[in-house]
Amino acid sequence: MQSARIERTPHTLRLLAALDGRQAGGLAAFLALALVVVPLLNLAVPPDSAFHVSAYAITLIGKIMCYAMVAVAMDLIWGYGGILSLGHGLFFALGGYAFGMYLMRQIGRDGSYRSELPDFMVFLDWKELPWYWTGSDSFLWAALLVVAVPAIVAFVFGYFAFRSRIKGVYFSIITQALTYAAMLLFFRNETGFGGNNGFTDFKRVLGYSITAPETRLVLFGLTALALAGTLLFARWLTTSKFGRVLTAIRDAESRVMFIGYDPLWYKLAIWTVSAVLCGIAGALYVPQVGIINPSEMSPGNSIEIAIWVAVGGRGTLIGPVIGAFVVNLAKSWFTVSFPEYWLFFLGLLFIVVTLLLPKGLLGLWQTLRAGKSARGAR
Amino acid sequence: MTRRFRSLLTALALAAGSALAAPDPAVVKQLADDDNTRKIEAIRQLTQSAEPAARRLLQAMAEDRLVLAGGRLLIVDDGQASDAASGAPAALPNTPASPEPITINNRVRGELASAIAALDLFAAERSVRLEAARRLQSKAGAELAPLLTRALAGELDAEIRALLSVAKAQADLASRDPAVRRGAVLLLGDTASPAARALLLPLTEQANEPDNRVRYAAISAVKAIDKRLANAENLGRIFTGLSLGSILLLAALGLAITYGVMGVINMAHGELLMVGAYSAYAVQSLFRSHLPDYIDWYLPAAIPLAFFAAAAVGVLMERTVIRWLYGRTLETLLATWGLSLILIQAARVLFGAQNVELANPSWMSGGVELMPNLVLPWNRIVIIGFALFVLFLVWVLMNRTRLGMFVRAVTQNRAMAGCVGVPTARIDTLAFALGAGIAGLGGVALSQISNVGPDMGQGYIVDSFMVVVVGGVGQLAGAVWAALGLGIFSKLLEGWAGAVVAKIAILVCIIIFIQKRPQGIFALKGRFVD
Repeated sequence: MQSARIERTPHTLRLLAALDGRQAGGLAAFLALALVVVPLLNLAVPPDSAFHVSAYAITLIGKIMCYAMVAVAMDLIWGYGGILSLGHGLFFALGGYAFGMYLMRQIGRDGSYRSELPDFMVFLDWKELPWYWTGSDSFLWAALLVVAVPAIVAFVFGYFAFRSRIKGVYFSIITQALTYAAMLLFFRNETGFGGNNGFTDFKRVLGYSITAPETRLVLFGLTALALAGTLLFARWLTTSKFGRVLTAIRDAESRVMFIGYDPLWYKLAIWTVSAVLCGIAGALYVPQVGIINPSEMSPGNSIEIAIWVAVGGRGTLIGPVIGAFVVNLAKSWFTVSFPEYWLFFLGLLFIVVTLLLPKGLLGLWQTLRAGKSARGAR
Repeated sequence: MTRRFRSLLTALALAAGSALAAPDPAVVKQLADDDNTRKIEAIRQLTQSAEPAARRLLQAMAEDRLVLAGGRLLIVDDGQASDAASGAPAALPNTPASPEPITINNRVRGELASAIAALDLFAAERSVRLEAARRLQSKAGAELAPLLTRALAGELDAEIRALLSVAKAQADLASRDPAVRRGAVLLLGDTASPAARALLLPLTEQANEPDNRVRYAAISAVKAIDKRLANAENLGRIFTGLSLGSILLLAALGLAITYGVMGVINMAHGELLMVGAYSAYAVQSLFRSHLPDYIDWYLPAAIPLAFFAAAAVGVLMERTVIRWLYGRTLETLLATWGLSLILIQAARVLFGAQNVELANPSWMSGGVELMPNLVLPWNRIVIIGFALFVLFLVWVLMNRTRLGMFVRAVTQNRAMAGCVGVPTARIDTLAFALGAGIAGLGGVALSQISNVGPDMGQGYIVDSFMVVVVGGVGQLAGAVWAALGLGIFSKLLEGWAGAVVAKIAILVCIIIFIQKRPQGIFALKGRFVD
């Protein structure tokens, strides 16, 4: 019998084919905006012009793009895998801390104590770097840690959790407890990560001044690239066979098992990938915002990530990005204009989205459009 | 009559000889010596006599009432002077140079204090003797050994005897005779006091204790005391663990109903605890302004208010939000998190962002001392009792009332319960209100041991869920075992690993435990079985 040769598209082609024309156009527009227009508006346009993009705006948008990456990572496992993690703040913070160690070492002797050691260690009267700081002055090592630490933590935790088929609420609560325990750990001074204050006061990255407008723009551009890459990668992943199995597991895990798949490895893979994406986002976040501390691991922060995804629309890839932008722009506006009302607003947002917008803003938009075209057809 | 009586006494005193005689004038004179060592020697000799007169003399010296006037030692008492040795009245000379008080330094003062305490051992009143024996616990030197022996021989009160024998053993430690020292070491080795351990520790080294047998006895005595101290410490830890467990139970009981029975992930549960705690605060403020005399009793008055306040918030939550989300567990999680943010901010607006002060009623302060290093504080004991009370209340409500029966019926088969006429929607509201009210009760208990502020609930939510998850969803008994187990286990771990490591270790243990028993200690039977 002659076996029919199955035509397989190469992955690189599939990666591009995963986007339709409009999506590819949108991505290109976004990159052009972030890599060309915004830098020009920041550097070339005088500050008093209406078109000037301030350093504050660059930092804010850069920060939100990091959050958007986290939201996409969260969507991969919640929207596509059906696993609600309340611990993604941990992976984000781990990436941030891993890169923060490098940034701390880059301060060199410019700290307030003029010591080779980071200031908080001098303050605690430590004489040398703890062993786990070995190699922290190397950028490559830091970059490796940014990926490896969240990956290892996620893999080990996920292996045990998924192997015993902990799911649903149990999983959510255990991830929350994990983040909580890590937060307690990082709050301690003995842990060697700056305790309460975390890492701050960075001066340089790869030898360049961290506050220079050019460095800021490069970081901004890198974040935009990372976000675009994340979206592209997520699109490819979710449209691949792996993504289909994952969605099948989300919808009917036992049936997938009966067909012969082992859900453990699918879940574990997406869980680890998602953690790594969070770690990279954290590493990009820290030099732009200039601080990383244990409050990033508070249970509240991790739940907020879920609301970004829910607001935008989970199970879509652009939805979480929209959600992250909407919620965080609202946050920076509310906390400045009405500081007392931000929590009321956020709380209401949680309730309204879960009660009235199960598919998020994107779902609302689609419903409205469908309604419009249905009326138009009549 | 009086005169005759006094002469009789004098005769008796003469007959009794030195036992009741006035102190030896030569020794008394020595008290005025310039050399402090000689003074101390004199004090010791006077103490040995165990005379009331000697006590009076030493007391006067300690109070700077012993003066040297024209070569005579006088005791000044309310402007009246008497001869220090004989006690006979004497005139105070009026020359500017005299009377000259006897100066004493700290060393002499310390010596006087223990001498007076030693002499007090022979007082008639039990309380004076007890106080003296207590004071001698840490400062009996070798010179007091004979006196303590004598006091011990005449003492009948068991409590004082016990104290005296420890003091005596302590005095004996400085004895020259190795056998006496060894006896003392063995006796001290039977106690469980850190003070005795501190005394014995030097004797375990060759430099301080040349005699091998005494040293070995001291080494094993220190070991025995260490063991007893460690035991007491462990008992203490188990007790704190028990009280932590009952706090966890109070925090988690309400959740065991809302999550366990109704399948609602109530992330605002911690804020319901907060409502209870703020209710207690409000009642305290009311008592402060209107019933200041009964301020100690504000807490019992707060209990019903906290229950109904939290239950009312619960009804509001259920009617507005939760009712639309039954069966969509993860969604209840997000929505109730939103509710919790709103409640936190509401507390900030109403009561301010700072923590508020809640006073411990006086009947809750202090504690029961079981051992020198084991004190059980009353507020912890009260909280354990309160947790038992609330547990009993919940059990009665769930198992002995119509409401409880309906709640259980709805849990097991909602459709069937509805068919036989159980108003399921109303039961949901009531059950949620019950869980919320119990959280309010937990909040009252928490207000007595930790900060009350807008953020207080967040600290308990993770722990509460751990209890419910470990205990098994929907099981009161599971919640009880899990809360007590987690409480005791974490306190024991904290003892040797520190609080944070203990917390992480517990988390790891819970994850491992859930691997083995995904349904918790007790498995669930009901409509939420997956």
